[in-house]
Parts: sequence; structure tokens; C-alpha cells
Amino acid sequence: MDIHILYYLIISTIMLFCGIYGFFTRKNLLALLISVELMLNATNINFAVFNRYLFPDALEGHFFTLFGIAIAAAETAVAIAIIINVYRNLKQILTDDITDLRG
Amino acid sequence: MNITLLEAVFYVLSAIIAVCAVLTVTTGKILRSATYLLFVLFGTAGIYFLLGYTFLGAVQLMVYAGGIVVLYVFSILLTRSDKDMRYKIGKAKLVSALLTCGVGAALVIFLICTNTFAWTEIPQDIIELPAHKIGMDLIGTGKYQYILPFEVVSVLLLACMIGGILIARKH
Amino acid sequence: MDYTILILGLPVLSFLILGIFGMFMKHRTAGIIGTASLAAVTFLSYLTAYNYFTTPRTADGTYATLVPYNFEWLPFTQSLHIDMGILLDPISVMMLIVISTVSLMVHIYSFGYMKGETGFQRYYAFLSLFSFSMLGLVVATNIFQMYVFWELVGVSSYLLIGFYYTKAEAIAASKKAFIVTRFADLGFLIGILIYGYYMGTFTFTPGEERMMQYSMMIPWALGLMFVGGAGKSAMFPLHIWLPDAMEGPTPVSALIHAATMVVAGVYLVARMFPLFSAYAPDVLHWVAYIGAFTAFYAASVACVQSDIKRVLAFSTISQIGFMMVALGVCTGMNPHEGGLGYMASMFHLFTHAMFKALLFLGAGCIIHAVHSNEMSTMGGLRKYMPITHWTFLIACLAISGIPPFSGFFSKDEILAACFKFSPVIGTIMTIIAAMTAFYMFRLYYCIFWGKENKELHEKHVPHESPITMTFPLMFLAFLTCVAGFIPFGHFVSSNGESYSIEINMSVAITSIVVALVSIALATWMYAREKQSFAEMLAKRFNKLHTAAYHRFYIDEVWLFITKKIIFRCISTPLAWFDRHIIDGFMNLLAWSSNESGESIRTIQNGKIQTYTFCFLAGAIILTVMLLLL
Repeated sequence: MDIHILYYLIISTIMLFCGIYGFFTRKNLLALLISVELMLNATNINFAVFNRYLFPDALEGHFFTLFGIAIAAAETAVAIAIIINVYRNLKQILTDDITDLRG
Repeated sequence: MNITLLEAVFYVLSAIIAVCAVLTVTTGKILRSATYLLFVLFGTAGIYFLLGYTFLGAVQLMVYAGGIVVLYVFSILLTRSDKDMRYKIGKAKLVSALLTCGVGAALVIFLICTNTFAWTEIPQDIIELPAHKIGMDLIGTGKYQYILPFEVVSVLLLACMIGGILIARKH
Repeated sequence: MDYTILILGLPVLSFLILGIFGMFMKHRTAGIIGTASLAAVTFLSYLTAYNYFTTPRTADGTYATLVPYNFEWLPFTQSLHIDMGILLDPISVMMLIVISTVSLMVHIYSFGYMKGETGFQRYYAFLSLFSFSMLGLVVATNIFQMYVFWELVGVSSYLLIGFYYTKAEAIAASKKAFIVTRFADLGFLIGILIYGYYMGTFTFTPGEERMMQYSMMIPWALGLMFVGGAGKSAMFPLHIWLPDAMEGPTPVSALIHAATMVVAGVYLVARMFPLFSAYAPDVLHWVAYIGAFTAFYAASVACVQSDIKRVLAFSTISQIGFMMVALGVCTGMNPHEGGLGYMASMFHLFTHAMFKALLFLGAGCIIHAVHSNEMSTMGGLRKYMPITHWTFLIACLAISGIPPFSGFFSKDEILAACFKFSPVIGTIMTIIAAMTAFYMFRLYYCIFWGKENKELHEKHVPHESPITMTFPLMFLAFLTCVAGFIPFGHFVSSNGESYSIEINMSVAITSIVVALVSIALATWMYAREKQSFAEMLAKRFNKLHTAAYHRFYIDEVWLFITKKIIFRCISTPLAWFDRHIIDGFMNLLAWSSNESGESIRTIQNGKIQTYTFCFLAGAIILTVMLLLL
């Protein structure tokens, strides 16, 4: 088989920039979080791909991906908890309207 | 021009990922956005399978697709965000964000393409990574073995769980 | 001599205490603190003088110059540094005595004079500050320390002239005094800088080598320093501030504007005297000419003033002119004999301080009694205030040069020195001495004899002043009587060797006769009820009289120069330039930064999305640029 590493990287790049685009344009906190997930996934793919193609005998990238998934899960859990709390106190979760802490 | 099965699978997965990623960030409804994210995550899991990292793919499916996306859906419903998505974004902001992302993506792809390794590196043969080896490396203490990060991550997860409960609970 | 530091330390301490805590004190406490510290300073000054003059002379017959303290304050180069310290030599010790004595008398006197005034504590604080500055000036170890204290003296003088700060004239007078002297001090400063640059030191005794090398520059430096001295000592044409300075409380006039501060210029010339006589005799002679002219001018103005303090002010200017002349007529050819004028000047400074302070304090008593400065409100006061009368008479006799009062001895030495230099100067100075006797006795008769203003005196009977005010008068009168017999030349002389004063009989007799004639003339003109001859003279020489009454319009000339010429031709265009070009440029800067800030303010909106967007865009732009380059 000859799927170049290039193809994987292009796919992950597209994913990454979709995430960035979403991060810029979304206003709902949850939608922002979804964009962040996209970016995280793109980097995870990169880790795995580099591991497989460049250092097939080692497992660093693999484990990095594994830990990355775990940390992403943790981050999501905490972030969602915060968002829910924000919603409970302020009754909405749009970035433009959450200005209570602005100096 | 003969396409192997693996290549075909890869192209299909790539198409799914690319299309769904774009839809995730462009769709107007947040519930759909979460659903498209789910497909992207499925696609990513598929890529892991293609690379021979079956365990990783399984973890991806279980944690992301099974856990996180469900969490998202619940919180979307809890915060009634599905009704709140009709906000306006300035045209200038939209265009500038689009332009930046486009240029950025083009730049990154250009950089990748101009690197030599991207064209030359082809894996010899993809063999599945045995789960036994993963398990041994995770709990080993030797070189290239990961007991310490493993423990740290487990503590981190515990802390996050407690933190999440603490933050989200009613006062 | 370690205790000399206290001479400077005590007044500054009392200034701080009174200045900071004064408002919580009773008047009495504040006065006692100020007076007590000054009394201690006086005691220490006397002790210093005693110790200094009783130590045996050095081998060459001079008193050693002592420097008990000298701290290096601002080092510039190895040799050029500004020090702060205490220097004792005959003239500085003499000045210590003069200042502390007069200052102590004024402190005591002010108890009565300033009684019940608001700001009593402030007054004493300023007096302490002034005493500190003046003492620091005279013990300066170098010209720059002298300059620092010189300015401090100017400040305290400004504060005290403007003591009645609710009175418009007092404010104007204080500003005038400060600006005029400050203007003159510019010359002083430039002189100091030239001196420091070429001599490589600020001390009074530069190296011989440097002096020989740059002997061309010394006259310039000394001349400019003299400009500063002329400003402080009210030499023509910078004298205009002194008559106005009489707006301050009278004891202040006695202390600052008669006895101590105004002779700072004389002291400065005396301090630089070795350099003057050796390297700049021409400048020294110019000092004499300016002094003589000032003395003549001030004496002629004093003859027609009606405000008693003004008369005394002009008489002060005239007497300082005498001192300057005495310094100026010295010649470097024969250091001992030629230096007679130096000794005479210092002697006159010493005696003048006593009797002029006495005159001013006496005038203060009179003003206290009749509540006015004008002669028309006085007359015939001798029966109401006997002590003031007698002490005032003693002072008048002293300043007129009648033996055995102190003024006779010092004035005689001055005249002798003048005649030795040139008969013309000697004659002129004798005439001025006669004028002095005339206007002083005119003043005396107009106050104590003459036509009494009965109406006013019946309404408010003048009374003798309390003991706190009369004691200083009596003490100073005593000093005036005995000071002439001090063998002054033994202590102070131009080259430090003992100089025995001999009364030059021809000069002495001439001056006594002239003075007696003037006094007789004044008696004839003013002692009677009707002053018909004086009025006739005033009518006859109407223009001259008016001009003299208006001080020959020197103030108006200054006003014309400043307002019409300097303000209009220089200041107005400069102000325009400042307002439109410089301020405009600054306003442009402010406006542009304001506008740019206003325009980029929206970026800093607290939204993390915007921040990350900018960050990413910037990173991308930088990468693209990197690739393109």
C-alpha cells in the first residue's frame, strides 16, 4: 500500500482549521467546546500518524494520543460543569453576553 | 491505476472527516453540530484502525463517541442551547475568520508538501499493535514505558471528576 | 572647635520644630524655643570667637584658618567638588558675632513687637531659618556652599518680607525682592561656574599655578560674582528692592535688611579679597566707584523721604556703599598699609550692624506707638518714649560719626583709606558722610522734636514699649557706645597681621566738623515747630525735590525696561512661540496618541476569540513573511 503520510496530514490540517474557524465564529460556549474537540482530534491524528510512519518501532506517539484522549475527556468534563454552572447563574451561555466579570 | 481496499477505505474516511468537520462548524443548529462531531470522531477512530492502532481506535470510540458526545448532547439540552443558535455574526468578522483559516490551512499544507519526508515515507507493512504490548508498556517502569504518566492521568481524571461534581452541583 | 556645628544645627532644629509643630504651640512657647536656640547659638558664637582669638597667632603673625568640619558633598572631579563645612577665619568669626547678636536681639524684641499677631510661630520659624542660612553663609568653606546659603537667605528674606501675606504691597515687595536678587544671583552663579571651570576648585584658595595660567579669567569671574553681591547688598541700580522690603515686620527689617543679609555682598567681596587685590584691582576699583555712587544716590534720596523706614532703608544702602568703597580703595601694592580699607570696611560692617539694628528697632517702637510709618503722624515723641528717644539719639550720633560712638571710628578709617587712595574719592565720601549726618538728624528731629501731631496723639497717646522691646534697644545702644574702642584691626585685617588703628587727625577733625555742621543745619531746619526753610527749599527746588522723593525714578526706569522692552519685544514672541509651536507640537502628539488609542481600543475588548484571532493572524503573517524573505 502507498498512502503517503501527506494525505493524513492534509486531513488533520483541514480538521484543525475547521476547529479554529469554529472557535472564531461561534458564540455558544458549547459550540466553542466542540470546535476545541476538533482541534484536539487533529493533533491526536498527527501523533498517531507520525508514530506509525516515522518511528514504527516506538510507541511514543501512540501513548501520547492515548493520554491526549484522556486529558481531553477530563477537560470536557470540567468545562461542561462550568458551563452548566454559568447557565444556572446567568441563564445563558453566549460569549457576548457573559460580561459580569469584565473589569 | 488500481486501488487497494485500504486505500479505498482511507479515501472514504477522509471524505467523511473533511465534510463532517466543515459541517460541524458551519451548521446552524448545535445539536446537529454535535452529531457531525460524532461522525468526525468515528472517522478518526477509523484512521486509527487503518494505522493498525486498534486499541487506540477502540478507546477513541468509547471515550469520545460514547462518553464525550453524549455529555455534549445532555448539556446542550440542559442549557437549552438548541434554541439559542440564532445569533448574528458580522460579515467582516466572518470573512476575516474564513480568510485567516483558509490562508493558514494553505500555508500549513504548503509547508507539508514542500517537505521531502511527506513524499517518501511509506510504511513497510502495517501490523496490528498487540494489546498485550500496550498493557506491558503502560504499567512498565523501564525505558519507553509509561507507568508514571499513566498514574498521573488517573489522578487527573479523578480530580476532574470531583471537580466537575463540585462545580456543577446545586448549592 | 567641634561645637561649631551646633551653631548651624540649633537654628535649623528650631526651624523644623517650629515649622512642623508650631501650629500646636502657644505663641509664648514658640517664641521661647526660637529665642532659646538663638541664645545658645549666640553663646557658642562668643565662645568660638573667644577661643579663636585667644589661640596664639601663627609664625607669620596671622590667625590660623580653621576648618572644623568639611564634608564632600558633590564630587565632580578629583579636585573640583562641592563641600559643605565650617570655616573659621577672622571675618567669619566676626560675622558670627554680628549675626548672632543682632539676631538674638531681634528675637527678644519680636516678643513685644509681634505680640498677638497671627502667625507668630511661623514668624519665629522663619527667623530661625534665616539665622541658619546667614550663619551657614558666613562659615562657608567654598564659594558654592556660600551660593547655596546665599539663596537660602534670599528665600527666607522673601518669606519674611511677605510675612503679612494678606497685604498686597507686602506680596509685591517680597516678589520684587526675590526676583531682583535672584536676577543678580544669576551673575553670581555664572561667576562661580567660570571660577570653578578655570580654577578647578570651588575653594577660596585655588592653586597658584592655575591662577597664573588663567589670570585673564579671574576678573570676569570676580566681576560676575560682584554682580550677585551688588544685588544682595542693594548696590545701584539693583537697589530697588530694599526700600520696598520695608513692608515686612520691622524687626525683620532690622535683622535682614539692615544688619546682616544686605552686607552679604560686602562679605562676599571681602571673602574673595585676596583674589580681587592680586588679580583684579580694576574690578575692585569699579566696586569702589559703584559703591560711592550708590552711597551718594541713596543719601540724597534719604534726605527727602517721609516714611521713616524708607529713610532708614536708604541710609542702609548708603552705608553699604561706604563699605564697598572701603573695600574698593584697597591696593595690592602694599598688602598691609593698602589693606586699610579692608579692615575699615569690616569694622564699619560690625559697627553699622549694631547701630542700624538699633535704629530700626527704635523705629519699630515708634511705629508700634503711633501705628504709622509717616513722619507727619510723629513729632515731639521724646516726652512719651524716653528710652527710645535716647537710644535713637545714640544711634544717630553713631551713624553721623560723632565720637566716642562706634560709627566715628569705623567711618574715620574708611575716610582715611579713601583719602589714601585718591583725594577725590575722599572728598566725595566726606560729603556723603555730611549728608548722612543731615538726613539722620532730620529724621531724628522730625520724630522726636518738631511739629507735634497733637490731634492724633490726643486720640491715642503714644506710650513707651514693653521691656522686651526696650531691652534690646538699650543693649544695642550700649554696644554702640563701646564697640568703637575694640581694637578691631588687631583681629581683622587684609593680610591677617595685627593692624593698630590710628586716628588720622586731619581726617577725623574734618569729618567731625562736617558732621557737626550738618547736624546744626538739620537742627536749625527741623527742630522747631515751623519748618519754613525746609518748605521754602522744597518749593524752590521743586523738581529736584519731587525727583528725589520718587527716588529719581529708578523704579520707573526698571519698569520701563522690563515691561516695555523685555516683555514686549522678547517675552511676548517667546510666549507665542511656546504657546503655539511647542505646546502645539505637544498637543499634536497627545492628540495623535489619543486618536490612535481610540481607534485601536476596540481590539482590546476582552473577548478571547478576538485575541486568538489576532494571534493566529499575526503568526500566519509572520510565517508568510519568513517564507517570502
